[in-house]
Amino acid sequence: MKLLIAVIKPYKLDDVRDALSEVGVQGLTVTEVKGFGRQKGHTELYRGAEYVVDFLPKTKLEIALDDEQVDTAIEAITKAAGTGKIGDGKIFVQDLEQAVRIRTGEAGSDAL
Amino acid sequence: MVQNRVISLIMGVLAFMPAIAFADEVNGADTAWILTSTVLVLFMTLPGLALFYSGLVRAKNVLSVLMQCFAIACTVSIVWMVIAYGLAFGDGGSLNKIVGGGKILMSGIGLDSVSGTIPETVFFMFQMTFAIITPALIIGAFAERLKFTAVLWFSALWLILVYAPVCHWVWGGGWLSDLGFMDFAGGSVVHINAGVAALVAAVIIGNRKGFPQTQMAPHNMTLAVMGAAMLWVGWFGFNAGSALTAGSSAGMAMTVTHISAAAGSLAWMACEWIRYGKPSVLGIVTGMVAGLGTITPASGYVGPLGGLAIGLLAGVVCYFATQYIKRVLIIDDSLDVFPVHGVGGILGTLLTAVFAAESMGGLGLEGSIGSQFVTQLIGVVATVVWCGVISFILLKMLDATIGLRVSEDEETEGLDLVLHNERGYTL
Repeated sequence: MKLLIAVIKPYKLDDVRDALSEVGVQGLTVTEVKGFGRQKGHTELYRGAEYVVDFLPKTKLEIALDDEQVDTAIEAITKAAGTGKIGDGKIFVQDLEQAVRIRTGEAGSDAL
Repeated sequence: MVQNRVISLIMGVLAFMPAIAFADEVNGADTAWILTSTVLVLFMTLPGLALFYSGLVRAKNVLSVLMQCFAIACTVSIVWMVIAYGLAFGDGGSLNKIVGGGKILMSGIGLDSVSGTIPETVFFMFQMTFAIITPALIIGAFAERLKFTAVLWFSALWLILVYAPVCHWVWGGGWLSDLGFMDFAGGSVVHINAGVAALVAAVIIGNRKGFPQTQMAPHNMTLAVMGAAMLWVGWFGFNAGSALTAGSSAGMAMTVTHISAAAGSLAWMACEWIRYGKPSVLGIVTGMVAGLGTITPASGYVGPLGGLAIGLLAGVVCYFATQYIKRVLIIDDSLDVFPVHGVGGILGTLLTAVFAAESMGGLGLEGSIGSQFVTQLIGVVATVVWCGVISFILLKMLDATIGLRVSEDEETEGLDLVLHNERGYTL
């Protein structure tokens, strides 16, 4: 099993969710986060007081998947969240040791 | 029969005589308008200014600003009743040119007391709302770092030592009114006074920790815009109410006030748009406050074109003053009280001499523009010097006794929790 962590532009969330549903992803967790990458921050001006905002708002998705689902999921996210501009985000893939469905106690792939 | 009727008619008329004489003194229309204006001007502070200012500070200090505005409204009301109203509008006897006296605890003011064409109670209340907003304006200079006790002591003593005498000079029969100084609604009494005290306070108290490198953006711009919009509405009571009658003077004052607010807003917006490429919401509402503050001394004396010119100048001059204080002098007058109210008040008080002239579309001057300008300048300098010196001494004395500023770690934690044991938002 793998854990996908995708950081995307917030307004792309619905597109990504739809794309993942289409390739059979059963669930995911969403968090509003801030961060920086190659995309620079922006400047805010209040009566001439200039504040540089380094951290931009992003949306983080965590998705637990069977190994064979990983490539299709990455493709779906890349297609749905991509605009071709700096700031589209990143996808990280980690090994996932265990998963348990709390209601039934099922473990491993059955729990996904 | 006929004779009886005539006699009873005459008797009836005689019976009404005192009532008619009374009606000549107190005018119902004037009284109704000043009662309304009193409500509008109090509305400027609570909640107008309180919302405007509290939106502009960081979330951890939102309650401290609301609390200061509220507590100042209460404190000033009591000080006004106890002593300050008498100092401002009472008879000072041999000292009357400098300061008034008497009327302590409103002694001698009853149902029958009349001021102009309105009951004195109404005049007392109307003027009290001006006395409330002036120290409330000052808190913008030292927002986010002053002890609450220091705010209360400063506001009460400043009202007695600075506001009341200057108010007496200008409106209470003191030396500036004898001189022919023109301040219709408080360019000097309210705005120069508040602005100068704010600048002195900002310098003595010092910048907020981390200013100007640290991010100190407004925490809630929607509150600030709502509050600013309430100020605009309330300002009609401030300026048109200062006519103290419900007539043509109030009508013209309201008109020029509105025109100046609109022009000031657009001028400030244009300055930012040209300089930074984008018009900002905080910019347009600050331009509005600048336009309103600047027209205040001139509001009963100038015509619509004067209002337009004063508003446009206010937006541009106050915009550059704000940049200068903040970016060149690096003085943390946190909510820009001096560049908006102080500079605006000075500008408007001086321009009153120009745009009140009939040749400039105004309602007329007694002398020439030049001689009136000198009188206005004397009034400005007197207010700046008196307010600056007394505010300086007062702040130094408070610093030496009760202390002005919270500690560094308290400032970092935020005044809401440290001073009031509450937080503004539990989300």
